[in-house]
Amino acid sequence: MDVGAQHLAQLVELLRTNSEQLIHRWVELTAPSLRGRLTEAELQSDSRDLFDALQQALATTASIDDAHFAEVKGLLEELSTARARRGFTPTETAVSVFTLKQAVSELAERQDDATLYRQVLSLSALLDALGLRTFEAYARTREGIIKEQSEQLLELTTPVVKLWDGVLAVPLVGTLDSIRTQIVMEKLLQALVDTGSEHAIIDITGVLAVDTQVAQHLLKTVMAARLMGAECTISGIRPQIAQTIVGLGIEFGDITTKASLSDALRHALRSSGVEVVARTRTAG
Amino acid sequence: MDRVPILRIGDVLLVSIQVDLQDQGVLDLQEDLAEQLSSVSARGVVIDISAVEIVDSFIGRMFATIASVSQLFDAATVVVGMRPAVAITLVELGLTLGNVRTALNLEKGLEILRSTTIGRTGAGWAQPPPEATR
Repeated sequence: MDVGAQHLAQLVELLRTNSEQLIHRWVELTAPSLRGRLTEAELQSDSRDLFDALQQALATTASIDDAHFAEVKGLLEELSTARARRGFTPTETAVSVFTLKQAVSELAERQDDATLYRQVLSLSALLDALGLRTFEAYARTREGIIKEQSEQLLELTTPVVKLWDGVLAVPLVGTLDSIRTQIVMEKLLQALVDTGSEHAIIDITGVLAVDTQVAQHLLKTVMAARLMGAECTISGIRPQIAQTIVGLGIEFGDITTKASLSDALRHALRSSGVEVVARTRTAG
Repeated sequence: MDRVPILRIGDVLLVSIQVDLQDQGVLDLQEDLAEQLSSVSARGVVIDISAVEIVDSFIGRMFATIASVSQLFDAATVVVGMRPAVAITLVELGLTLGNVRTALNLEKGLEILRSTTIGRTGAGWAQPPPEATR
């Protein structure tokens, strides 16, 4: 038992004897800010768990860094994570911690006890610290969600499609960064091996910007494909991008570039010996 | 020390590298191949590296050296079955294979050799495939 525990003796007693009343008042204060997105029963059980843990922790220590507070912190993080996933704002989550202060101080006021009042003040400081923790947990959860989504996006946006026997295409959409180009490069080269295709077309119609680094990656992809014995064509360069490429002085060397995907396909078909001819309609 | 076998199929020499080569192995291979080329009048050398997972700059240069040596015996060199990871490594190392032709697999490699000896045309490294006439 440390000094803090002695120091809060009266408060702990107050919490213990009035626990039902406090929880009820706490839920009552919190409910409006959640605007019915959480059922009364859920809120009740969340609050009860938190309250019990807090009460137990306070009985031994008043320092938030103490091991006895581990359970309270764990519960809070869980709560914050769950709410973040359900789309609550961090304020709404934090408010559901802060409202306990109000519930306790309302009760303490009626007692008219100066010592108790001081203890309520230190509880309030403690709850502030706990409230901030919900912010941290919230931010962490959101970051996790964002990371997951960007990974999913990465998988979605780099398909390798077969246009013809021996002709593969990768339509690139969006912003190209080093990681994406790397993935595209590996996927494309692997697909070339798997299908035994001798032609690949990288279509960048959907790419909004190209800088030196991206161009470098594209060139490397083409070189690697050549090393493996396949020919790679780049198509769909936008007018602005063409300006940028020339402006930056990027040399595409002897790499074939075509205006559109269809031109590139025609080029690939021709060099593999396929000629596309329009059928003349026979009379009658 | 294991030596890389050099197989003769008609007038083509097939070098199939099945182990991760050390520097000495590379030198041995170059030596053996030169000897074979001088005794057999081959018109092509196919190096199959589909089992090679790791390359360094020394092996990278080996291809160019072999190609230059073969050239002296009037034989074309085709490297076949390069893995994507190997290709990426070579590009990152900044190595070009000089006048080595490449193909996706052995079959396509042999095809390239056939077309080069007949008309000295066909798809391959260094030159883009010729445009068909309209």
